[in-house]
Amino acid sequence: MAQIILDRLKHAFAGGEIIETGSQHGNEWARIRPDAWAQVALFLRDDPATQLDMFVDLTCVDRYGREPRFDVVLHLYSVDRKHRVRLYAGVSEDDPTIATLVPVWAGADWFEREAFDLYGVRFLGHPDLRRILMYPEFVGHPLRKDYPKEKRQPLVRRESGKVD
Amino acid sequence: MANSSSTTTNIPAVATRRVVLGIKEAADLEEPELPSESMPLNMGPSHPAMHGTVRMVMEVEGEKITSADVQVGYLHRCFEKESENATYTQIFPYTDRLNYVSPMLNNVGYALAVERLLDIHDKVPERAQYIRIIVGEISRICDHLTCLGAGAMELGAFTPFLYNLKFREWFWELLEEISGARLTHSYVRIGGVSADMPEGWGDKVLDVIRRGREVLVEVDKLLTRNRIFRDRMDGIGIITKHDCTQYGITGPMARSAGLAYDVRKDHPYIGYDRFDFDVPIGAVGDNFDRFAVRVEEMHQSMRIIEQALEQVKPGPVLLADPRIVLPPKTETYNSIEAMIAHFKLIMDGIRVPAGEVYSFTEGGNGELGFYIVSDGTGRPWKCRVRPPSFANTAILPKLLVGLFLADVVPTFGMVNMIGGECDR
Repeated sequence: MAQIILDRLKHAFAGGEIIETGSQHGNEWARIRPDAWAQVALFLRDDPATQLDMFVDLTCVDRYGREPRFDVVLHLYSVDRKHRVRLYAGVSEDDPTIATLVPVWAGADWFEREAFDLYGVRFLGHPDLRRILMYPEFVGHPLRKDYPKEKRQPLVRRESGKVD
Repeated sequence: MANSSSTTTNIPAVATRRVVLGIKEAADLEEPELPSESMPLNMGPSHPAMHGTVRMVMEVEGEKITSADVQVGYLHRCFEKESENATYTQIFPYTDRLNYVSPMLNNVGYALAVERLLDIHDKVPERAQYIRIIVGEISRICDHLTCLGAGAMELGAFTPFLYNLKFREWFWELLEEISGARLTHSYVRIGGVSADMPEGWGDKVLDVIRRGREVLVEVDKLLTRNRIFRDRMDGIGIITKHDCTQYGITGPMARSAGLAYDVRKDHPYIGYDRFDFDVPIGAVGDNFDRFAVRVEEMHQSMRIIEQALEQVKPGPVLLADPRIVLPPKTETYNSIEAMIAHFKLIMDGIRVPAGEVYSFTEGGNGELGFYIVSDGTGRPWKCRVRPPSFANTAILPKLLVGLFLADVVPTFGMVNMIGGECDR
Protein backbone atom coordinates (compact mmCIF):
# COMPACT_ATOMS: atom_id res chain seq x y z
CA MET A 1 0.00 0.00 0.00
CA ALA A 2 2.68 2.40 0.96
CA GLN A 3 5.50 0.60 -0.80
CA ILE A 4 6.23 3.83 -2.65
CA ILE A 5 7.57 5.36 0.55
CA LEU A 6 10.06 2.57 1.04
CA ASP A 7 11.07 2.72 -2.63
CA ARG A 8 11.62 6.46 -2.45
CA LEU A 9 13.66 6.06 0.71
CA LYS A 10 15.90 3.40 -0.78
CA HIS A 11 16.30 5.48 -3.91
CA ALA A 12 17.14 8.73 -2.12
CA PHE A 13 19.40 7.24 0.53
CA ALA A 14 21.70 4.78 -1.15
CA GLY A 15 24.58 5.25 1.27
CA GLY A 16 23.41 2.69 3.78
CA GLU A 17 21.18 5.05 5.74
CA ILE A 18 18.25 2.68 5.25
CA ILE A 19 19.24 -0.50 7.00
CA GLU A 20 16.16 -2.61 6.41
CA THR A 21 12.60 -2.23 5.21
CA GLY A 22 9.56 -4.42 5.45
CA SER A 23 5.84 -4.71 5.77
CA GLN A 24 3.78 -6.43 8.43
CA HIS A 25 0.06 -6.45 9.19
CA GLY A 26 -0.43 -3.72 6.61
CA ASN A 27 2.17 -1.42 8.16
CA GLU A 28 5.25 -0.48 6.13
CA TRP A 29 8.36 0.10 8.17
CA ALA A 30 11.98 1.09 7.66
CA ARG A 31 14.97 0.92 9.94
CA ILE A 32 17.09 4.04 9.71
CA ARG A 33 20.70 4.52 10.70
CA PRO A 34 20.46 6.76 13.77
CA ASP A 35 22.81 9.42 12.44
CA ALA A 36 20.50 9.98 9.46
CA TRP A 37 17.34 10.15 11.58
CA ALA A 38 16.45 13.84 11.24
CA GLN A 39 17.62 13.95 7.66
CA VAL A 40 15.36 11.07 6.61
CA ALA A 41 12.44 12.57 8.51
CA LEU A 42 12.86 15.90 6.76
CA PHE A 43 13.09 14.17 3.40
CA LEU A 44 9.89 12.19 3.97
CA ARG A 45 8.04 15.32 5.02
CA ASP A 46 9.04 17.40 2.00
CA ASP A 47 9.38 14.86 -0.79
CA PRO A 48 6.46 15.32 -3.20
CA ALA A 49 6.08 11.57 -3.67
CA THR A 50 5.81 10.74 0.04
CA GLN A 51 4.36 13.95 1.54
CA LEU A 52 4.37 12.49 5.02
CA ASP A 53 3.46 15.83 6.49
CA MET A 54 1.60 14.71 9.58
CA PHE A 55 3.40 13.77 12.74
CA VAL A 56 1.49 10.90 14.34
CA ASP A 57 3.46 9.30 17.11
CA LEU A 58 6.91 8.93 18.57
CA THR A 59 7.79 6.39 21.19
CA CYS A 60 10.46 3.90 22.20
CA VAL A 61 10.67 0.14 22.48
CA ASP A 62 13.03 -1.47 24.96
CA ARG A 63 14.38 -4.60 23.20
CA TYR A 64 16.01 -5.81 26.36
CA GLY A 65 18.90 -8.13 25.60
CA ARG A 66 19.43 -6.88 22.08
CA GLU A 67 22.07 -4.44 20.98
CA PRO A 68 21.30 -1.62 20.39
CA ARG A 69 18.85 -1.92 23.23
CA PHE A 70 16.31 0.78 22.38
CA ASP A 71 14.36 1.53 19.26
CA VAL A 72 12.99 4.99 18.75
CA VAL A 73 9.76 4.49 16.79
CA LEU A 74 8.19 7.18 14.66
CA HIS A 75 4.82 7.00 12.91
CA LEU A 76 4.04 9.37 10.06
CA TYR A 77 0.98 9.96 7.94
CA SER A 78 0.28 11.78 4.71
CA VAL A 79 -2.98 13.69 4.73
CA ASP A 80 -3.11 14.04 0.95
CA ARG A 81 -1.82 10.62 -0.07
CA LYS A 82 -3.42 8.78 2.83
CA HIS A 83 -0.48 6.51 3.45
CA ARG A 84 1.71 6.04 6.48
CA VAL A 85 5.01 4.60 7.54
CA ARG A 86 6.82 3.53 10.67
CA LEU A 87 10.49 4.32 11.19
CA TYR A 88 12.89 2.75 13.66
CA ALA A 89 16.26 3.91 14.82
CA GLY A 90 18.37 1.86 17.19
CA VAL A 91 19.81 3.60 20.24
CA SER A 92 22.34 1.94 22.50
CA GLU A 93 22.08 1.76 26.26
CA ASP A 94 25.52 3.30 26.86
CA ASP A 95 24.82 6.34 24.76
CA PRO A 96 21.05 6.72 24.43
CA THR A 97 21.03 9.78 22.22
CA ILE A 98 19.46 10.66 18.89
CA ALA A 99 18.76 13.87 17.02
CA THR A 100 15.56 15.71 17.88
CA LEU A 101 12.74 16.06 15.37
CA VAL A 102 11.33 19.26 16.86
CA PRO A 103 12.65 21.40 13.96
CA VAL A 104 10.81 19.08 11.54
CA TRP A 105 7.56 18.71 13.49
CA ALA A 106 6.85 21.01 16.40
CA GLY A 107 4.60 18.32 17.83
CA ALA A 108 7.57 16.04 18.42
CA ASP A 109 8.32 18.20 21.46
CA TRP A 110 6.01 16.50 23.96
CA PHE A 111 6.42 13.03 22.49
CA GLU A 112 10.20 13.24 22.78
CA ARG A 113 9.88 14.51 26.32
CA GLU A 114 7.73 11.48 27.08
CA ALA A 115 10.23 9.08 25.50
CA PHE A 116 12.99 10.72 27.53
CA ASP A 117 10.91 10.53 30.68
CA LEU A 118 9.91 6.89 30.39
CA TYR A 119 12.89 5.37 28.56
CA GLY A 120 15.77 7.75 29.21
CA VAL A 121 16.55 8.36 25.55
CA ARG A 122 17.97 11.86 25.15
CA PHE A 123 17.08 13.90 22.09
CA LEU A 124 19.98 16.12 21.10
CA GLY A 125 18.92 19.65 20.31
CA HIS A 126 15.54 19.39 21.99
CA PRO A 127 14.61 22.85 23.30
CA ASP A 128 13.20 21.77 26.65
CA LEU A 129 13.97 18.16 27.50
CA ARG A 130 12.45 17.55 30.93
CA ARG A 131 10.09 14.98 32.39
CA ILE A 132 6.46 15.26 31.34
CA LEU A 133 4.43 12.43 32.85
CA MET A 134 6.51 11.65 35.93
CA TYR A 135 7.42 14.23 38.54
CA PRO A 136 10.81 15.95 38.45
CA GLU A 137 12.02 14.18 41.60
CA PHE A 138 11.50 10.74 40.04
CA VAL A 139 14.64 8.63 39.74
CA GLY A 140 15.04 6.27 36.79
CA HIS A 141 12.96 5.55 33.71
CA PRO A 142 9.91 3.43 34.49
CA LEU A 143 9.24 1.81 31.12
CA ARG A 144 12.68 0.28 30.86
CA LYS A 145 12.34 -3.46 31.22
CA ASP A 146 14.78 -3.52 34.14
CA TYR A 147 12.68 -1.09 36.16
CA PRO A 148 10.68 -3.36 38.51
CA LYS A 149 6.94 -2.98 38.24
CA GLU A 150 6.55 -3.18 42.00
CA LYS A 151 9.07 -0.44 42.76
CA ARG A 152 7.55 2.54 44.48
CA GLN A 153 8.86 6.07 44.70
CA PRO A 154 6.41 7.91 46.91
CA LEU A 155 6.72 11.66 46.61
CA VAL A 156 7.09 12.47 50.30
CA ARG A 157 9.31 15.19 51.61
CA ARG A 158 11.76 13.73 54.14
CA GLU A 159 14.00 15.50 56.62
CA SER A 160 17.03 14.83 54.52
CA GLY A 161 15.25 16.09 51.42
CA LYS A 162 15.93 12.76 49.74
CA VAL A 163 13.44 10.30 48.39
CA ASP A 164 14.28 6.62 48.63
CA MET B 1 -17.82 76.93 53.97
CA ALA B 2 -16.04 80.25 53.83
CA ASN B 3 -16.40 80.62 57.59
CA SER B 4 -15.03 77.21 58.46
CA SER B 5 -12.04 77.64 56.23
CA SER B 6 -11.15 80.81 58.02
CA THR B 7 -11.37 79.22 61.49
CA THR B 8 -9.48 75.91 60.86
CA THR B 9 -6.56 77.19 58.95
CA ASN B 10 -4.27 74.23 59.54
CA ILE B 11 -5.93 71.89 57.04
CA PRO B 12 -6.38 73.02 53.45
CA ALA B 13 -9.94 72.83 52.21
CA VAL B 14 -9.18 70.36 49.44
CA ALA B 15 -7.39 67.94 51.69
CA THR B 16 -10.30 67.98 54.19
CA ARG B 17 -12.74 67.15 51.49
CA ARG B 18 -10.65 64.25 50.36
CA VAL B 19 -10.28 62.82 53.84
CA VAL B 20 -13.96 63.15 54.66
CA LEU B 21 -15.50 62.01 51.39
CA GLY B 22 -12.80 59.76 50.04
CA ILE B 23 -12.81 61.58 46.73
CA LYS B 24 -9.75 61.35 44.61
CA GLU B 25 -8.59 64.03 42.26
CA ALA B 26 -8.33 63.03 38.64
CA ALA B 27 -4.63 63.72 38.79
CA ASP B 28 -4.25 61.19 41.57
CA LEU B 29 -5.98 58.46 39.58
CA GLU B 30 -3.48 58.67 36.77
CA GLU B 31 -0.63 56.89 38.39
CA PRO B 32 2.14 57.15 35.87
CA GLU B 33 4.22 54.43 37.50
CA LEU B 34 2.13 51.23 37.26
CA PRO B 35 4.29 48.16 37.73
CA SER B 36 5.14 47.15 34.20
CA GLU B 37 6.87 43.81 34.66
CA SER B 38 4.93 40.67 33.79
CA MET B 39 3.50 38.45 36.45
CA PRO B 40 3.66 34.65 36.74
CA LEU B 41 0.25 33.10 37.19
CA ASN B 42 -0.48 29.53 38.11
CA MET B 43 -3.69 27.75 37.09
CA GLY B 44 -4.37 24.26 38.34
CA PRO B 45 -3.67 21.39 38.76
CA SER B 46 -6.99 21.43 40.57
CA HIS B 47 -8.89 24.47 39.45
CA PRO B 48 -12.67 24.82 39.28
CA ALA B 49 -12.47 26.11 35.74
CA MET B 50 -10.01 23.52 34.56
CA HIS B 51 -11.41 20.80 32.42
CA GLY B 52 -9.13 18.20 33.95
CA THR B 53 -6.19 17.87 36.27
CA VAL B 54 -3.59 19.92 34.49
CA ARG B 55 -1.37 22.77 35.53
CA MET B 56 -0.64 25.88 33.56
CA VAL B 57 2.12 28.23 34.55
CA MET B 58 1.57 31.41 32.63
CA GLU B 59 3.31 34.71 32.35
CA VAL B 60 0.77 37.51 32.10
CA GLU B 61 1.13 41.14 31.25
CA GLY B 62 -2.04 42.67 32.56
CA GLU B 63 -4.61 40.27 31.13
CA LYS B 64 -2.52 39.17 28.16
CA ILE B 65 -0.67 35.88 28.25
CA THR B 66 2.90 36.22 27.10
CA SER B 67 4.07 32.68 27.73
CA ALA B 68 2.47 29.48 28.91
CA ASP B 69 3.82 26.18 30.17
CA VAL B 70 1.20 23.45 30.21
CA GLN B 71 2.14 20.65 32.57
CA VAL B 72 0.36 17.34 32.16
CA GLY B 73 0.96 14.04 33.86
CA TYR B 74 -1.04 14.38 37.04
CA LEU B 75 -3.22 11.45 36.03
CA HIS B 76 -0.41 9.15 34.95
CA ARG B 77 -1.36 5.63 35.97
CA CYS B 78 1.35 3.60 34.22
CA PHE B 79 -0.97 2.21 31.57
CA GLU B 80 1.91 0.80 29.53
CA LYS B 81 3.77 -0.70 32.45
CA GLU B 82 0.63 -2.38 33.76
CA SER B 83 -0.25 -3.62 30.28
CA GLU B 84 3.12 -5.25 29.83
CA ASN B 85 2.33 -7.35 32.88
CA ALA B 86 -1.27 -8.18 32.00
CA THR B 87 -2.77 -10.66 29.59
CA TYR B 88 -4.31 -9.26 26.44
CA THR B 89 -7.79 -9.68 27.89
CA GLN B 90 -6.88 -8.00 31.16
CA ILE B 91 -5.95 -4.81 29.35
CA PHE B 92 -9.59 -4.02 28.43
CA PRO B 93 -10.40 -2.49 31.83
CA TYR B 94 -7.33 -0.28 31.52
CA THR B 95 -8.46 0.97 28.12
CA ASP B 96 -11.82 1.89 29.65
CA ARG B 97 -9.99 4.34 31.83
CA LEU B 98 -8.06 6.06 29.05
CA ASN B 99 -10.77 8.26 27.70
CA TYR B 100 -13.29 7.65 30.41
CA VAL B 101 -15.97 9.62 28.59
CA SER B 102 -16.03 7.24 25.64
CA PRO B 103 -14.73 3.89 26.91
CA MET B 104 -16.39 1.88 24.16
CA LEU B 105 -14.28 3.56 21.49
CA ASN B 106 -11.11 2.67 23.38
CA ASN B 107 -12.32 -0.92 23.82
CA VAL B 108 -12.93 -1.21 20.10
CA GLY B 109 -9.63 0.43 19.15
CA TYR B 110 -7.65 -1.90 21.35
CA ALA B 111 -9.54 -5.02 20.26
CA LEU B 112 -8.92 -4.19 16.60
CA ALA B 113 -5.18 -3.87 17.19
CA VAL B 114 -4.95 -7.29 18.83
CA GLU B 115 -7.17 -8.80 16.15
CA ARG B 116 -4.81 -7.48 13.50
CA LEU B 117 -1.91 -9.18 15.28
CA LEU B 118 -3.91 -12.41 15.52
CA ASP B 119 -4.94 -12.05 11.86
CA ILE B 120 -8.59 -12.53 12.71
CA HIS B 121 -9.73 -9.00 11.92
CA ASP B 122 -11.77 -10.16 8.93
CA LYS B 123 -13.19 -13.21 10.72
CA VAL B 124 -14.98 -11.38 13.54
CA PRO B 125 -18.74 -11.93 13.16
CA GLU B 126 -20.55 -9.20 11.31
CA ARG B 127 -23.13 -8.67 14.02
CA ALA B 128 -20.34 -8.02 16.52
CA GLN B 129 -18.89 -5.37 14.23
CA TYR B 130 -22.29 -3.71 13.93
CA ILE B 131 -22.71 -3.69 17.70
CA ARG B 132 -19.23 -2.24 18.06
CA ILE B 133 -20.16 0.56 15.70
CA ILE B 134 -23.42 1.25 17.52
CA VAL B 135 -21.94 1.37 21.01
CA GLY B 136 -18.92 3.24 19.69
CA GLU B 137 -21.02 5.95 18.11
CA ILE B 138 -23.12 6.20 21.27
CA SER B 139 -19.88 6.71 23.15
CA ARG B 140 -18.79 9.38 20.71
CA ILE B 141 -22.04 11.27 21.24
CA CYS B 142 -21.55 11.02 25.01
CA ASP B 143 -18.01 12.31 24.63
CA HIS B 144 -19.11 15.35 22.63
CA LEU B 145 -22.07 15.99 24.94
CA THR B 146 -19.74 16.12 27.93
CA CYS B 147 -17.22 18.33 26.17
CA LEU B 148 -19.79 20.83 24.93
CA GLY B 149 -21.86 20.83 28.12
CA ALA B 150 -18.86 21.36 30.34
CA GLY B 151 -17.44 23.93 27.95
CA ALA B 152 -20.67 25.92 28.07
CA MET B 153 -20.89 25.60 31.83
CA GLU B 154 -17.40 26.98 32.27
CA LEU B 155 -18.59 30.06 30.40
CA GLY B 156 -21.53 30.46 32.77
CA ALA B 157 -24.21 28.67 30.76
CA PHE B 158 -25.28 26.08 33.27
CA THR B 159 -28.54 24.95 31.67
CA PRO B 160 -27.04 23.39 28.51
CA PHE B 161 -24.74 21.40 30.74
CA LEU B 162 -27.71 19.91 32.59
CA TYR B 163 -29.58 19.22 29.36
CA ASN B 164 -26.54 17.54 27.82
CA LEU B 165 -25.93 15.42 30.86
CA LYS B 166 -29.56 14.38 30.92
CA PHE B 167 -29.19 13.20 27.34
CA ARG B 168 -25.91 11.47 28.13
CA GLU B 169 -27.54 9.70 31.05
CA TRP B 170 -30.19 8.17 28.75
CA PHE B 171 -27.41 6.71 26.64
CA TRP B 172 -25.45 5.54 29.64
CA GLU B 173 -28.48 3.70 30.92
CA LEU B 174 -28.60 1.85 27.62
CA LEU B 175 -24.88 1.12 27.71
CA GLU B 176 -25.37 -0.17 31.22
CA GLU B 177 -28.13 -2.42 29.96
CA ILE B 178 -25.96 -3.91 27.24
CA SER B 179 -22.67 -4.14 29.15
CA GLY B 180 -23.58 -4.22 32.83
CA ALA B 181 -21.55 -1.17 33.76
CA ARG B 182 -22.52 2.45 33.56
CA LEU B 183 -19.13 4.01 32.92
CA THR B 184 -16.30 1.51 32.55
CA HIS B 185 -17.93 -1.02 30.30
CA SER B 186 -15.15 -3.50 29.33
CA TYR B 187 -17.77 -4.73 26.90
CA VAL B 188 -15.71 -5.56 23.83
CA ARG B 189 -13.73 -8.79 23.62
CA ILE B 190 -10.99 -9.92 21.29
CA GLY B 191 -13.02 -11.60 18.58
CA GLY B 192 -16.32 -9.85 19.18
CA VAL B 193 -18.32 -8.43 22.04
CA SER B 194 -19.15 -10.02 25.37
CA ALA B 195 -22.93 -10.16 24.98
CA ASP B 196 -25.58 -9.65 22.36
CA MET B 197 -27.97 -6.72 22.37
CA PRO B 198 -30.80 -7.33 24.82
CA GLU B 199 -34.32 -7.80 23.51
CA GLY B 200 -35.80 -4.51 22.39
CA TRP B 201 -32.57 -2.60 23.01
CA GLY B 202 -32.40 -1.23 19.50
CA ASP B 203 -35.83 0.36 19.80
CA LYS B 204 -34.76 2.02 23.03
CA VAL B 205 -31.72 3.44 21.28
CA LEU B 206 -33.91 4.85 18.53
CA ASP B 207 -36.20 6.36 21.13
CA VAL B 208 -33.27 8.03 22.92
CA ILE B 209 -32.02 9.39 19.60
CA ARG B 210 -35.46 10.86 18.91
CA ARG B 211 -35.57 12.53 22.33
CA GLY B 212 -31.92 13.49 22.08
CA ARG B 213 -32.45 15.40 18.88
CA GLU B 214 -34.95 17.57 20.75
CA VAL B 215 -32.37 18.18 23.47
CA LEU B 216 -29.83 19.22 20.87
CA VAL B 217 -32.34 21.68 19.40
CA GLU B 218 -32.90 23.18 22.83
CA VAL B 219 -29.18 23.46 23.52
CA ASP B 220 -28.66 24.93 20.09
CA LYS B 221 -31.24 27.62 20.85
CA LEU B 222 -29.48 28.43 24.10
CA LEU B 223 -25.96 28.64 22.76
CA THR B 224 -25.52 29.08 19.06
CA ARG B 225 -26.99 32.58 18.87
CA ASN B 226 -26.15 33.51 22.43
CA ARG B 227 -24.24 36.76 22.36
CA ILE B 228 -22.15 36.08 25.46
CA PHE B 229 -21.27 32.58 24.32
CA ARG B 230 -20.35 33.69 20.81
CA ASP B 231 -18.27 36.62 22.03
CA ARG B 232 -16.13 34.27 24.04
CA MET B 233 -15.82 31.61 21.36
CA ASP B 234 -15.58 33.42 18.03
CA GLY B 235 -12.15 34.08 16.63
CA ILE B 236 -10.37 32.79 19.71
CA GLY B 237 -7.75 30.06 19.68
CA ILE B 238 -7.42 29.82 15.92
CA ILE B 239 -5.40 26.91 14.56
CA THR B 240 -4.49 26.24 10.95
CA LYS B 241 -4.14 23.08 8.89
CA HIS B 242 -0.40 23.49 9.10
CA ASP B 243 -0.60 23.49 12.90
CA CYS B 244 -2.57 20.26 12.75
CA THR B 245 -0.01 18.38 10.69
CA GLN B 246 2.87 19.86 12.67
CA TYR B 247 1.42 18.81 16.00
CA GLY B 248 -0.41 15.68 14.91
CA ILE B 249 -3.76 17.19 15.80
CA THR B 250 -6.65 15.00 14.66
CA GLY B 251 -10.33 14.56 15.29
CA PRO B 252 -12.85 17.39 15.73
CA MET B 253 -10.05 19.82 16.45
CA ALA B 254 -8.33 19.20 13.12
CA ARG B 255 -11.62 19.16 11.27
CA SER B 256 -12.52 22.54 12.74
CA ALA B 257 -9.40 23.88 11.05
CA GLY B 258 -10.54 22.50 7.71
CA LEU B 259 -8.44 19.34 7.71
CA ALA B 260 -11.04 16.78 6.63
CA TYR B 261 -9.32 13.77 8.14
CA ASP B 262 -11.62 11.23 9.71
CA VAL B 263 -10.36 7.67 10.07
CA ARG B 264 -13.89 6.35 9.61
CA LYS B 265 -14.03 7.97 6.17
CA ASP B 266 -10.42 7.82 5.01
CA HIS B 267 -9.54 4.36 6.27
CA PRO B 268 -12.87 2.64 6.95
CA TYR B 269 -12.68 -0.12 9.52
CA ILE B 270 -15.25 -2.63 10.83
CA GLY B 271 -17.57 -1.64 8.01
CA TYR B 272 -17.89 2.12 8.37
CA ASP B 273 -17.91 2.31 4.58
CA ARG B 274 -21.41 0.82 4.60
CA PHE B 275 -22.92 3.94 6.11
CA ASP B 276 -23.91 7.23 4.65
CA PHE B 277 -22.54 10.01 6.80
CA ASP B 278 -20.78 13.33 6.39
CA VAL B 279 -17.61 14.68 7.90
CA PRO B 280 -18.22 18.26 9.03
CA ILE B 281 -15.32 20.68 8.77
CA GLY B 282 -14.89 24.22 10.03
CA ALA B 283 -13.82 27.29 8.12
CA VAL B 284 -11.97 29.36 10.71
CA GLY B 285 -10.49 26.89 13.18
CA ASP B 286 -11.51 28.86 16.25
CA ASN B 287 -13.26 27.70 19.39
CA PHE B 288 -16.69 28.14 17.93
CA ASP B 289 -15.80 25.95 14.96
CA ARG B 290 -14.69 23.23 17.32
CA PHE B 291 -18.01 23.57 19.09
CA ALA B 292 -20.01 23.50 15.85
CA VAL B 293 -18.10 20.55 14.41
CA ARG B 294 -18.82 18.50 17.51
CA VAL B 295 -22.53 19.35 17.40
CA GLU B 296 -22.73 18.24 13.78
CA GLU B 297 -20.76 15.10 14.49
CA MET B 298 -23.34 14.07 17.05
CA HIS B 299 -26.03 14.32 14.39
CA GLN B 300 -23.90 12.28 12.00
CA SER B 301 -23.26 9.65 14.66
CA MET B 302 -27.00 9.34 15.21
CA ARG B 303 -27.43 8.77 11.50
CA ILE B 304 -24.84 6.00 11.62
CA ILE B 305 -26.56 4.34 14.58
CA GLU B 306 -29.92 4.43 12.83
CA GLN B 307 -28.49 2.86 9.68
CA ALA B 308 -26.60 0.26 11.66
CA LEU B 309 -29.68 -0.76 13.63
CA GLU B 310 -31.54 -1.11 10.37
CA GLN B 311 -28.85 -3.20 8.68
CA VAL B 312 -27.80 -5.45 11.53
CA LYS B 313 -28.73 -9.12 11.07
CA PRO B 314 -29.00 -11.87 13.65
CA GLY B 315 -25.99 -14.04 14.21
CA PRO B 316 -23.18 -14.81 16.64
CA VAL B 317 -21.44 -11.93 18.38
CA LEU B 318 -18.23 -13.71 19.28
CA LEU B 319 -15.73 -15.60 17.23
CA ALA B 320 -15.91 -19.39 17.68
CA ASP B 321 -12.19 -19.99 18.19
CA PRO B 322 -11.27 -21.82 21.40
CA ARG B 323 -7.72 -20.43 21.31
CA ILE B 324 -9.01 -16.88 21.57
CA VAL B 325 -12.48 -16.88 23.06
CA LEU B 326 -13.56 -18.33 26.39
CA PRO B 327 -15.94 -21.30 26.12
CA PRO B 328 -19.55 -20.73 27.16
CA LYS B 329 -20.05 -20.89 30.93
CA THR B 330 -22.33 -23.91 30.76
CA GLU B 331 -19.60 -25.91 29.02
CA THR B 332 -16.90 -24.64 31.37
CA TYR B 333 -18.81 -26.04 34.30
CA ASN B 334 -19.87 -29.27 32.63
CA SER B 335 -16.92 -30.53 30.59
CA ILE B 336 -13.29 -31.00 31.49
CA GLU B 337 -12.05 -29.85 28.06
CA ALA B 338 -13.82 -26.53 28.30
CA MET B 339 -12.66 -26.16 31.89
CA ILE B 340 -9.02 -26.65 30.82
CA ALA B 341 -9.42 -24.26 27.91
CA HIS B 342 -10.93 -21.69 30.24
CA PHE B 343 -8.11 -22.12 32.74
CA LYS B 344 -5.41 -21.82 30.10
CA LEU B 345 -6.94 -18.71 28.59
CA ILE B 346 -7.28 -17.03 31.97
CA MET B 347 -3.85 -17.98 33.31
CA ASP B 348 -1.68 -17.79 30.19
CA GLY B 349 -3.73 -15.37 28.16
CA ILE B 350 -4.34 -15.40 24.45
CA ARG B 351 -1.20 -16.41 22.57
CA VAL B 352 -0.55 -13.64 20.12
CA PRO B 353 2.04 -14.36 17.41
CA ALA B 354 5.19 -12.26 17.57
CA GLY B 355 4.90 -9.09 15.55
CA GLU B 356 4.18 -5.42 15.65
CA VAL B 357 1.14 -3.50 14.59
CA TYR B 358 -0.05 0.07 14.62
CA SER B 359 -3.82 0.08 14.46
CA PHE B 360 -5.77 3.31 14.48
CA THR B 361 -9.41 4.23 14.88
CA GLU B 362 -11.37 7.43 15.23
CA GLY B 363 -11.65 8.11 18.93
CA GLY B 364 -13.67 10.84 20.57
CA ASN B 365 -10.86 13.37 20.17
CA GLY B 366 -9.05 12.10 17.14
CA GLU B 367 -6.89 9.30 15.90
CA LEU B 368 -6.66 6.76 18.68
CA GLY B 369 -3.75 4.49 17.84
CA PHE B 370 -2.55 1.31 19.49
CA TYR B 371 1.01 0.27 18.76
CA ILE B 372 1.45 -3.23 20.11
CA VAL B 373 4.66 -5.23 20.09
CA SER B 374 4.12 -8.91 20.74
CA ASP B 375 6.84 -11.40 21.56
CA GLY B 376 4.61 -14.41 21.08
CA THR B 377 3.52 -14.84 24.69
CA GLY B 378 0.20 -14.12 26.33
CA ARG B 379 1.30 -10.66 27.45
CA PRO B 380 2.32 -7.78 25.20
CA TRP B 381 5.96 -6.75 25.13
CA LYS B 382 4.78 -3.21 24.62
CA CYS B 383 1.29 -1.77 24.43
CA ARG B 384 1.47 1.84 23.44
CA VAL B 385 -1.51 4.15 23.09
CA ARG B 386 -1.21 7.00 20.71
CA PRO B 387 -3.41 9.40 22.67
CA PRO B 388 -5.19 12.05 20.59
CA SER B 389 -5.58 14.29 23.62
CA PHE B 390 -1.84 14.38 24.19
CA ALA B 391 -1.12 15.64 20.70
CA ASN B 392 -4.05 18.07 20.80
CA THR B 393 -2.96 19.50 24.14
CA ALA B 394 0.64 19.90 23.00
CA ILE B 395 -0.31 22.92 20.92
CA LEU B 396 -1.76 24.78 23.92
CA PRO B 397 1.48 26.48 25.00
CA LYS B 398 1.62 28.04 21.56
CA LEU B 399 -2.11 28.64 21.26
CA LEU B 400 -2.51 30.49 24.54
CA VAL B 401 0.18 33.09 23.92
CA GLY B 402 -1.44 36.37 22.97
CA LEU B 403 -4.85 35.44 24.34
CA PHE B 404 -6.50 37.02 27.34
CA LEU B 405 -6.59 35.14 30.59
CA ALA B 406 -10.35 34.68 30.27
CA ASP B 407 -9.84 32.93 26.92
CA VAL B 408 -7.96 30.09 28.55
CA VAL B 409 -11.18 28.54 29.80
CA PRO B 410 -13.07 28.23 26.48
CA THR B 411 -9.91 27.36 24.55
CA PHE B 412 -8.94 24.62 26.94
CA GLY B 413 -12.53 23.39 27.06
CA MET B 414 -12.76 23.04 23.30
CA VAL B 415 -9.38 21.30 23.03
CA ASN B 416 -11.11 18.79 25.31
CA MET B 417 -8.11 17.33 26.98
CA ILE B 418 -9.11 14.14 28.75
CA GLY B 419 -6.66 13.61 31.58
CA GLY B 420 -6.95 9.84 31.60
CA GLU B 421 -6.05 9.59 27.96
CA CYS B 422 -3.47 12.36 27.86
CA ASP B 423 -1.53 11.13 30.88
CA ARG B 424 -2.35 7.41 30.64
